[in-house]
Formats: sequence, structure tokens, C-alpha cells
Amino acid sequence: MRRGQFPALVMAIAALGCMLLLGACGDDDNKSSDSGSTSGKLIERNPDNAGKKITVGSKNFTEEFILGEIYAQALQAAGYDIKTDLNLGDAQIALKALKAGDIDAYPEYTSTALTSFFKVQPQDIPKDAQDAIDQTQSKFAQEGLVAFDPTTFTSANAVGMLKKKADELGVQKVSDLKGKSQDLTLYGSPECRQRVDCLVGLEKYYGLKFKKFTPVDIGLRYDVLDKGQADVSIIFTTDAQLSTRDDVVTLEDDKKVFPPGNVTFVARKQTADSAGPDLKETVENVQQGLTERVMQELNARVDVDREEPRAVAKAYLRESGYIK
Amino acid sequence: MMHLPLAFLSDFGDAIDFILHTREAQTGTVQVGGLAEVLDFTWEHIKVSGAAIGVACAFAVPVGLVLGHAGKGELLAISISNVGRAVPSLALIAFFVAYLGVGFTNVTLALVLLAIPPILTNTYVGVRQVDPDVIDAARGMGLSPGEVVRRIELPLALPSIFGGIRTSAVNVVATATIAPLAGVLTLGDFILSANVYGQDGRLAGAIVVALLALFVELAFATLQRVVTPRGLTLRDP
Amino acid sequence: MTTLAQVQFHERSGDSCIARNDFCPGWIVDHFDRYTDPLLQHIFLTVTAVACGFAIAFVLALVARRRHWLNGPILGVTGVLYTLPSLAVFFLLLPITGRGNTTALIALTAYTLQIIFRNIVTGLENVPAEARDAGIGMGLTDRQLLWRVELPLALPDVIAGLRIATTTTVGLATLAVFAGAGGLGEQIVTGSNITFKTGVVAAGGLAVLLALALDMVLLGVQRVLTPWRRARPA
Repeated sequence: MRRGQFPALVMAIAALGCMLLLGACGDDDNKSSDSGSTSGKLIERNPDNAGKKITVGSKNFTEEFILGEIYAQALQAAGYDIKTDLNLGDAQIALKALKAGDIDAYPEYTSTALTSFFKVQPQDIPKDAQDAIDQTQSKFAQEGLVAFDPTTFTSANAVGMLKKKADELGVQKVSDLKGKSQDLTLYGSPECRQRVDCLVGLEKYYGLKFKKFTPVDIGLRYDVLDKGQADVSIIFTTDAQLSTRDDVVTLEDDKKVFPPGNVTFVARKQTADSAGPDLKETVENVQQGLTERVMQELNARVDVDREEPRAVAKAYLRESGYIK
Repeated sequence: MMHLPLAFLSDFGDAIDFILHTREAQTGTVQVGGLAEVLDFTWEHIKVSGAAIGVACAFAVPVGLVLGHAGKGELLAISISNVGRAVPSLALIAFFVAYLGVGFTNVTLALVLLAIPPILTNTYVGVRQVDPDVIDAARGMGLSPGEVVRRIELPLALPSIFGGIRTSAVNVVATATIAPLAGVLTLGDFILSANVYGQDGRLAGAIVVALLALFVELAFATLQRVVTPRGLTLRDP
Repeated sequence: MTTLAQVQFHERSGDSCIARNDFCPGWIVDHFDRYTDPLLQHIFLTVTAVACGFAIAFVLALVARRRHWLNGPILGVTGVLYTLPSLAVFFLLLPITGRGNTTALIALTAYTLQIIFRNIVTGLENVPAEARDAGIGMGLTDRQLLWRVELPLALPDVIAGLRIATTTTVGLATLAVFAGAGGLGEQIVTGSNITFKTGVVAAGGLAVLLALALDMVLLGVQRVLTPWRRARPA
């Protein structure tokens, strides 16, 4: 090589490298075409949180898996030492694990807490969302548990049927099933048999007697309708399928037996006290992005697209700007 | 975590209590437990197991007899047994739930598939083990092939056949424990839906299903001994 | 004016293979990483259980070798362990050993004992008298007789027992998820996985392939360890 050519070559390569790097940076803007600049509050890692162990649990259905992962990954980003123990079981099992210290926190619905833990009848739940939340928080406090401020979205049990069947029977409200239910099969979760916002309420407040109630795993609630085994199935208002399909309908809950509940992250008092202010702040920050539509989208990614809850939670945190 | 011996003894005591007495569920809304519920689930367990074994025998014994008599299909009979053993029962049940849905019929179908290999293989092997001289003698006496099968091969193969049925029966009873995944409420519901029945219920379910399996094994072992002609050495399959 | 970052809402036409819940082999290849951890855990549970079962059964067989009256009781106890449904055993052990690998391994090991023990005993009993006599004639001690004559000749029966034990253990290990020990069963029963046709076939198929693969490995081990049998048809 002649003298002078070598430095020129290095400059050329450096310039090329810079252009490639800038090009790569530029790519990020192209990907997220319909979202603006990042402004969801980015979670900062706080070194004070290192060594503080928190075990996050969850109940046993898709929405709970996603929520558990979201909270767990957010707290991890904040610097806590996180372990997960998702898919514990139903509300009773989760509460038991929480009280026993097997887990330190898990996401619960205010409606489930009030009806299943604190024995409030559905019609007695305060109509005002803030009142319901206050009641939940104070009742949990009496058990030595801290319920953080809840999400804005709510979810509720719902009575679902195939549109075909509902039209055939001419039913639009749950009370329309009176006189017809004895010929219909009902499918629900195993714990539905014991919940007042489920089978117990249907029998007690709507006076419905079904031909047969069959308990199946929550994950099967649409499958049993599709395969013709269930005439009626208990589904959730935030289910992905309700927005991706138009052949399933929910009957109107005219007697208000299925109250909607916001999600609140419930933690042991010891955990909340020793974790410092970041626990509350991170939890209440990261759930800001959870609108009903967003929750449905996340549910769809797991139940319809068959992605894993962990990946879906990470995508939510990234897309919303909580983590990089 | 290891518990003190005394602690788990009381757990077993609570489980026995669950079997005998109903009590309020943790949610306080319904009653769970008690002899009636346990017997209900036991009967469902026996129903689905019995149906599966019955259908499996109806298929596997004739096929095994025919193949064994003709001396054909040894590779098939042995391979079915090996592959059958390799298919996990959970995967089989899940496959049927995913493709056909939940329900008694679908679970029975899955259990039938599970039950066929040991019965088929043992029937085949049982027929092949019949002394060829005996068959020649029978032919010599003028028995038709059908009569040879019915009057010579089948009776002599019975111990082996019952050995296969015994193996299948124990497998099916064990697998029927996960039938609640497919909406069929066998004793497994106490175990799989512990949220409904509590820890006591779960342990109770484990105890009862273990006893049921032992009972079935004992029953078929006795049956097998009954059909074994004296002087014929029984080789366990 | 800054806008909040948004979650992307995907278009779902319901046309894709996965959306229709058909069987999609391509998906398995793309998402195989979902199965690697459960598969490794499954292999761990199976190999550990069979190895422990073999160790225990071997000791029992040696003990019963000169005390034939022990065969009956040992077969009886291992027979009971074999008959008890694994799911029941997981939860019978729960008060004592809790959730996790230990409980699963105890149950899986217990299940293998009868078949392995019976095959070792049968193998030792089937050693031809001539071989034993020849050994004694050569002046071998009892221990040398066992290790140099009887066990090598019993190997095919022993391996046959190990093969059956391994295949059935792979199947049972899918239930380990109920004991909190993971494995391929995790991909079958968690969430709505039981309705996911592709996933169920993938997890079940992997279990079957694993069983067949381990079976071949043991067959290979037998061929290597018993070269004298290669001359005869199997």
C-alpha cells in the first residue's frame, strides 16, 4: 500500500461504520409506525432494591399469567430480586399461599376479593368503583395484606353462548334463561361451583337450574362451546375471543350477579414495608397502560397467537416504554 | 421441606375424615366431601375404566387370536406394544381433548387406545405359546380352524390374555385419574381440583385411588390364577 | 406534544394455521426453544429415576441371590409400588416431601423397581448351568463367578428390563408437572395448552421420540457389552 492510502482506508471504514450504526438506530423509528415517541415512565433500576427478594404469584388463567409476568418483570427492572410462582390455582389457593408466605404478592380482582374472601354479596358491592376499591383495601389491611391502587380496566365473569344458540333460544339477558336452563348444559371452572359470582349466584339470584354443570379447566371455556359440549359457558369480559370472533355473545347480567373488578396487586405487609417506595411506585406506574383494549390485545397474543405470557409481558413493557 | 412424622400422620387422619364426613368448602358456600361424593366419583372412575377395558378386549382379543393362530404379524404385535408403552397417557388424553373435545366418550376412546397394546400382545403371545403338537393332534381329530381357535388355543392362552387385561386394567385405572382434565369427574377430581376440596380432599383422593388400583390388581391377579389350568406354569408378562 | 407509547394492536384475520388451531409443523420448528427446557428436565427426571431404580433393584437382586425366599416379598412390595398410580403417589408424598423434583423422583423410581428387579433375577436364573460349572471348575470365587460369568450372561435380560422401565418412565414423567417438577407435561396442561393441537402433538411427540431414542441407546449399550451375541440372531 502506498503511503497515505492506509489512513484514508481507515477513515472510509470508520465512516461506513458510523453510517451503519445510524442506520440501525434509525430502524427503530420505522418499526413502531403508529406509536409516538416513548413516554411511558421508564423504570429506573434502583441499587437500593438489590437483595430485596419478592416472589410474585398468579392465579391459573391467561390474564393472570400476563399480569403476574408484567409486575414481576417491572419489579425486576426496578432492581428487585424477583422469583415467580405463577399458575398457583384459584383465588382461594393464591390467598392461602400469600398468607403462608409461599409468595409475597399476586394480582387479584377487587370483585373476587370482596365476594370470595370477604363474603360480600354481589349486589352489596359498592356501585362506585372508588368505594369498592376502598372497601377492598381496608378489608385486606385487616388481614395484614396491602392492596395497591388498582388498574383502570375491569374484568368480570360473564355468561357466554354461541350466537346461533342464543338466537335460537331468543335470549339476550341471563334472566331470559329462566324456564329454558333445565335443558341446557353449563360449563365453568372447578371453583365456579362454589363462587357466588358464578354457579352459586346463578342458582341463588337468577333461580336457574341447569341440566348439568361440568367443571373444566378455565382454558377450555371457548373450546367446549365450539365442540358442542356446552350450551352455556362462563367466560370473561376481557377475553380476546370476544373481540376476535363474532359468533360468541355474552348475556346481559341484569341482576348484577357478576360484578366487575379492577386488578389490584396484593402484597404481604412485611414485604411492602421492607421493599421501600419503589414497590408501590413501580406497580402503579406499570399498570397505567393497561386499558381494557390493551388487556384484550395481550390476552389475544397468548390465547390466539399462542405466544408465551412471559414474552407477551415483555413486549407490553417495551411497547409501552416501561423498559427498553 | 421435611415435616415431622407426627405432622403428616395428622394429615392422613384429616384425609380419612374427609372421606367419611361432609364439610363446608373453604369458600363457605357448598358442602364437599363425605362418603356419597367419594362413592360417586369412584363409580364414575370404575365406569369409564370398565368401558375402556371392555371395548379394548372386544377389539384386541379377537385380533390377537386371529393373528396368533395364523402366525402372522409378530413384528406388528411386538411393535404395537413398544410404541404403546412409549406414548404418555397425559399426551393421549390431551390429544383427544384438543381434537375431539371433552366428554365421557372421548376419554373412553383415549383409554381404549391405551388399553389395547398389552391385551393384543399378550393374546398373540399366548396363542403362539400353545404347544404345536396339541394343535396337530386337534387337527388330526378333525377340528376346523375355527374350532381349534375356540376350543384349544383360546383356553390355553387365557392366562396370558388375563395377564394382559390385568396390566391394561391397572394402567387404565391410573390414567382415569387425570380424566377430570377432560370433564369426566373421576376420583382424580379430588386431586386436580384441590382448590375445591382442600388439602384434605386431595390426600383423600390419592388414598382412595391408590386403594382402587390395588383392588383392581388383586381382582385380576385372582382371575388370572383361576383361569390357569393346574400344572401350567404362569410366566408374568 | 408528546404522545404516549402504544401497544401495537395486531390484525387478526383468523386465517393463519395457528389461528385456526390446525396442526402446524412449521410453528414447532420456529418455536422449538419453548420445548428445550422442559425436554431437558424430562431427560433429567427419566435418567435419574431409572438409574436410582437400577441401583436399588440391583442391590435387592444381589441380596436375594442366595436367599431365594426373599424374591416373593420383594416382588410383592415392588409390585404394590408399581400398581399405585403415580399421580396418587405424588400427593401421598406431598405432606412428607413437598412439591418439587424430590417427590417426582421418588414416585418415578419406585415405579421402575419391580420390572428391573424381576429382570435381573430372571437373567441370573437363566444363566446356563454349564457356564456356572465351567466357572467353578476354573476355581472362581463366588464373587468372581457373579461378576465375570453370571452378570455378563444376564445382561440381555437386565437391559430388556431397563428398556421397559425407561420407556414407561418417560411416559410417567409427563405427569411430573403435577408434582411441581416440570417436564414436557408443563407444555400440555398449563393454561389453555390442552386445546392447542400443535403444542399437544409437539410435546407428546417429543416424549415418544425421547422414549424411542433412549430405548435405542440401551439397545446399543447391550450390543456393545455383549459382543458374543452378535453371531446369533437376536
